[in-house]
This record gives sequence, C-alpha cells and structure tokens, in this order.
Amino acid sequence: MNFDFSDDQKLLRDQARKFLQDKCDRKSVRSILENHEQNYDADLWSQISELGWTGTAIPEEYGGLGLGMLELCVIAEELGRALAPTPFSSSIYIFAEFLKSYGTDEQKKKYLPLIASGEKIGTFALSETNGKPKPNNIKVLHTSGKLNGSKNPVSDGESADYIIVAANSDNNSNYNSLSLFIIDRNDPGVNISNLDTIDPTRPACTVNLENVACERLGEEGSGWDMIDDILNRAAVLFSFEQVGGAQVSLDEAKKYSLERFAFGKQIGAFQALKHKMADMYVKIELARSNAYYGAWALSTDSNELPIAAAGARVSASEAYNYASQENIQIHGGVGFTWEYDCHLFYRRSKLLSLNIGSIRQWKENLISNLEKRNIV
Amino acid sequence: MDFNDTPQEAEFRKKVRAFLEENAEKRSTLAAKPNGDSGSSISSAGAPETVKGEDAAKVALENAKEWQRKKADAGFAAILWPKEFGGYGGTPIEQVIYAQEEHDYFVHSGYFEIGIGMLGPTMMAWGNDEDKKRFLPKMITGEEIWCQLFSEPSAGSDLAGIRMKAEKDGNEWVLNGQKVWTSGAHFADYGMIVARSDPTALKHKGLTYFYVDMKTPGIEAKPIKQISGSANFNEVFFNDVRIPDSQRIGAEGDGWKVSLTTLMNERLAVGDPPGLDFDQIFEASKEIEVEDGLAVKNSEVRQKMADWYIQSRGLQYTKYRSMTALSKGQTPGPELSISKLVTASKMQDVSSYALDLMDMSGMVHQDKNPILKNLFQNGYFFSAAMRIAGGTDEVLRNIIAERVLGLPQDERPDKKLPFNELPSGKN
Repeated sequence: MNFDFSDDQKLLRDQARKFLQDKCDRKSVRSILENHEQNYDADLWSQISELGWTGTAIPEEYGGLGLGMLELCVIAEELGRALAPTPFSSSIYIFAEFLKSYGTDEQKKKYLPLIASGEKIGTFALSETNGKPKPNNIKVLHTSGKLNGSKNPVSDGESADYIIVAANSDNNSNYNSLSLFIIDRNDPGVNISNLDTIDPTRPACTVNLENVACERLGEEGSGWDMIDDILNRAAVLFSFEQVGGAQVSLDEAKKYSLERFAFGKQIGAFQALKHKMADMYVKIELARSNAYYGAWALSTDSNELPIAAAGARVSASEAYNYASQENIQIHGGVGFTWEYDCHLFYRRSKLLSLNIGSIRQWKENLISNLEKRNIV
Repeated sequence: MDFNDTPQEAEFRKKVRAFLEENAEKRSTLAAKPNGDSGSSISSAGAPETVKGEDAAKVALENAKEWQRKKADAGFAAILWPKEFGGYGGTPIEQVIYAQEEHDYFVHSGYFEIGIGMLGPTMMAWGNDEDKKRFLPKMITGEEIWCQLFSEPSAGSDLAGIRMKAEKDGNEWVLNGQKVWTSGAHFADYGMIVARSDPTALKHKGLTYFYVDMKTPGIEAKPIKQISGSANFNEVFFNDVRIPDSQRIGAEGDGWKVSLTTLMNERLAVGDPPGLDFDQIFEASKEIEVEDGLAVKNSEVRQKMADWYIQSRGLQYTKYRSMTALSKGQTPGPELSISKLVTASKMQDVSSYALDLMDMSGMVHQDKNPILKNLFQNGYFFSAAMRIAGGTDEVLRNIIAERVLGLPQDERPDKKLPFNELPSGKN
C-alpha cells in the first residue's frame, strides 16, 4: 500500500507553495478582485509558465515537461491554497486535456506547445442558459463549417485565445448530434462581453458567435462522451484546488480563534467553535482522501475514473463550501467585511463548486456510474 | 501512488486468505450485520436461528471459542503480540491486513478483542513475569475471556472520575462500588479494574489498577437490556471484594497512567468499521418502491446516497492513507478518530432513511420480517448506541479539536482540586 504522493512530488509541492506565498499573496489576489480591467494576474501567469507548470502534464514532444497527472494534482492544490487568479484550470485542466485526448496529431502540434508555454490560453464553452447543459438547451449550431449562437457563461473567455465550443450539427438536437469545435477568438465573428461573477478573480463572459470559422475536435457526434470524459479528468484536478482552499479556510479560522478573546478567553476554547472546526477537519480529510483516489484513477487511466472523479468532486465541493462558510462564522462580524480575507474563500469555493457542473449534477453522475458498474 | 502490497505484505495476505477460505464462511453485502463482528459488541449472532435466549448465547460463545482456537493455532489470534506469549510477532500493517480479510467472513472475534487488543498489552507493559506467563497465552486461545471494568455511573466520558473504592487492608485490597457498560462481564473469567485508592489526591493521581478473578466472592454482574433489546453490557457490583496486593498492576496511585496504556491500545484498533453503509442502502433501493417507481431511480434518494458514498469511501481511502503510514513504519495520526464519528452518524442516517423508504413496512421489527431481514431496523437501534459507546460524538470532536488541531482544552476545575472536593452534583 502506497497511497500517497512520492517524495519528488512532495518536493514539488513544497516548492510550489513557497513560490506562491511569495508571488501570489493576498494583495495580488485583491488587485485582480478590485480591478475590473484585469481578468487575471498576467505577471503570475508568465512566471508559472516559465516554471513549466502550464506544461506539467503535456508530453515533451508537444512542448511540455512530460510529467504526470499526479504532479498536476500537486500544483492544483497549491493554486487552490493561494487563490491564484489565473486561467490555469480552463487552459490546462480542460483545454489541454481535450487536445491531448481527442486532438489529431496536427492539432496537438498546433495548439499544445502554445498552451504548454503559457503563451496562449484556451478555454471551453458549453453552457448557454440556466440549469444543466443537455442536448435540448445547446442551441449553438454548426452549419456549413461555421458556428452561430451564444455561449454563457464561459470561464476565462475574455483571456482566451482559443475556445473549444460545443455545438449541435442539426436543429434536431439529441445526444448524438453534439460535436466540439475549436475557434480562434480573433475571428471577426467572435464577440465577447464580460460578465460579473461571484468571484471576480475567476471571471466569465458571454461569447457570441456569428459565422465563426472553426475546426472540429474529435469525432462528429461524440461531443457528450468527450465532455464527460474530460470533465471527469478536470473534476479530479478541481478537487485538489478545492481541498487546498478548504484547508486554508480551516487554518485561518483556527488562527483567528486563537487570537480573538471573548468572555475572558480565547474563542477557540469554546466547544461550539471547537466542534465546528472538528467538523471542518473531518470533511476536509474525507475530501482529501477522495481526491487521492481520484488522482490514482486519473494517473492510471483506470476505468474507475467516472466514479472516482465524481466522488472527489462532490466531497471536495462540499468540504470547501462548508469550510469557507464556517470560516466567516468563526470570524464573527469582521468575517463579512471586505477587509478580511474570508470572503475571498467564500467566493472561490462557491464558484469552483459550479464551474464544471453543480454538486447536484455530480452526485447524479456518481450514482448513475455506480449503477452502470453494478450492471457490468 | 498505488494500492499494491509490498511483496512481504502480499505473502502475508495470501496466507491469511488461504486460512480464512479453508476455515470460515464468506458473507454477502445484504447479509452484513449492522452490529458488525469487528467491534467489541457481542451478541447471540452466530447461533442457529432455532436456538433462543441464553442457550443461543452459550452456543455463540462456544462457536466463537472454537474459531479463536483455530485462529490461535494458525498464529493469527494476536498478530501484534510477541511470539513468546503465543502471538504472531507481526507488524501493525499485518494486523490491518488480517482485519481487512476477516471482515468479509462470518466469524466472531468480539469476545476476545478487549483482552487481546487492550488488556493483554497492558499486562505486557506493567505486569510481572509470573502473571504474563500465567495469563497471556490463555487470553490468545480464548480459553480465558477478559473484561474491562473502567466506566462507572458517574465516570463515562469523564473516565477519571472513578468512585469505586479500593481500601488497603494488610496485604489485601477491599473493593466496593459499581462498574457499568462492561462488555461480557457475565461470561468473562477475569477483569481489569481501575479504582480510587486515595480520594484526597488529585483526580488523576488517586487511582490504582488491578486484575480480578470474576468468580471472587462479592462480584455480581447484571446484564443491561439496551434499546435494541439485546444485552451486551453489564452493571457489575463489588461488595467487599477482597483481592491480594499481588493483583495490583503498576504502583499504587499510578492507575491512570496504566489505564492510558489500555486506552491507547484501543485507539490502535484500525479494523473496518461495522457494516450497514452505502452498499446496503444502494442494494435495498433497488428493491423498494417509492411514489415514482424504484427508490434507486428517485432523484432525492440518489442525492442522499451520494452523500453516504463519499463518506463511506472517504473513510476507506483515509484508512489507506493510514495504512501507507504504517507500511512505511510511521505512526498514523489521530486522524483515525474521525472513523467512528462519521460511521455512527452515517449508520443512523442510512437506517432511519431506509425505514422511511420502506414506508409502513418500516414499522415491522421481528425475526421473520420478510423485508430485508431487519437490517435497517437493527441499524436504527444499534447506531444510536454506537454514537455514544467508545467515545461520544462530542468527546471525539474534542479529541480532534485538541489533539489534531491544537485548540485549547476546556477549563478544567478537576485538575486543581483534590477528588473529594470536586463538585459532583450529589450530596
């Protein structure tokens, strides 16, 4: 039994943590939060690209470092701890993974080196309206090699150079009519308008498409299968970001509870708060363990991945939501001020639990995959 | 990152599997008993259905003793114990591997776990050579069963609040008072007991540790009937029970220190938590109809089940992390204390929810219940006890808060005053 990261991976984690403590402090997170002109921390992005983080799990032949998914999990946890305001998840967990799994060799050669070097940013556009994306509410249409319609919200759309767009191929949309297409955001038919989000350090936008040129990614009509697969992969990486953020929420709640005195003693000595923090700890440990299992399934291309990913995703989303909520509660009045950092985690946790599908949807994924396994 | 045994561990697992396949009967998911086999709980499970009451208990005990003898002959009865006392001389990871494998079989080791897991190691650490030689080998073979006489009516979560009197009379001690929640006192041959030898000392300083022959005159065990209807525990009364000073373990006044050895060994038990979990309700949901068809297809049921799945597997993978630490020769942290905290409440939620799914049939609780064999009815009762036994939810949260997170202890007036001056709520 060796259900742990290797010494090399732990070393990478320590280096990443130290680097981010230095280069991505709360001041720089807040500068993105408060500056509506900036979608992400461009300095930080170029530095982590230089360090090779963006190319961690991209093969060497396509300009990456050729390390594994476990190394990417390690980095994800650190980005989550630091609340890093970058499009890392959109470009690396999702866009790069789509290309790695479904791109032709030509597409990989064209896009992956630019993504690995951080020179270009990619993202994925699926949702168009309130509620779960599904065949009957994807209206973006692919006809005669052009895309028309509107995507909303698209994470990191304004920062992106390339966007993978999910589109139906006929008006009679069904499970087998969805395909994926790569577009260049400089196409004159692409019109992007920013949306405010609950966490402005992780922006989103509306992408309007009018006769936009595109190239197909993967097989025609197999869009939903590819999306399921890549979002499962991304879910594991997101779960590490979430565990990272949840842990810091607990650490900061604890720190405050030891500094703050009321009724003549540290508030951290009151059982009501101790028990709350114990519950935070329990949820985070369970989430961490579920994330580890996801990491194992991801790194070994196990057919357990759909179950492992959904378990990791649900567990981490709930742990982070809980930890960030109760961190505010433990801080009391100052917890809901702009000045204290609690709200940074409260925003980020909820945003992360939504951006590749809600907890509700992932619970449903989990049970339906368990049913499938049972039948097999 | 992998789940593979080291070659040495794989070899051990193979041996264990071969032994179990040869000697025990495997169980299915739905047959998992809500009270498990791996905890310290003891019931008449294991007796044929036709045998009732006291007879059933006797048959179950005989079956368990027979199993224990087989296990001891094969060397697996006390994996962590040194060979000189009949143990396997194994490592904690081997202990975990054995528990994992045995979990899948219908066997009854509960009778012996308190002795082998907790009391034996205490005697090894604090007892004299003569006693070790006399008692330890028979503890392993199940020939002699031991019970732990710690808790009292006014010493539960606050265990050091023990009031059982131990008064010295020449070369003897006289014990007077009452113990409670003693598993197996009615069939145990020996017991280990903590008593107050000096009420004028501080609470943790005035205790002394002994062992007693349960047949000593003046000891009377009365079973406590529980919410579930069964009686796994006892009240044990001591009336002028005289024992020789040679049955003292550790120095006079060191009883708390010795007790900590016993209690620390309790925390090392990393067996699988008892059954009734996601797997059982998932199976049941495929058989029960609710308003819109099978329960397994109902969206609310699915959402709930997903919660239990992530708790259940989260605990399992947490255990894998602890096993990894053990496998590398490190000590797993007090993270292990989350296991019972999560398991007990989950079992209560699962069983209560399952009864609700069964609708009116959920009311029925009798041996021949055609629906799911009382699985969830039993779990409904057992889980309420499980949230308290072996550390209440609240005590476990305190342990996590204080020992894992390093938060301050509560204010403790009992640390400053002599025991007999502490407020007790009694005149």
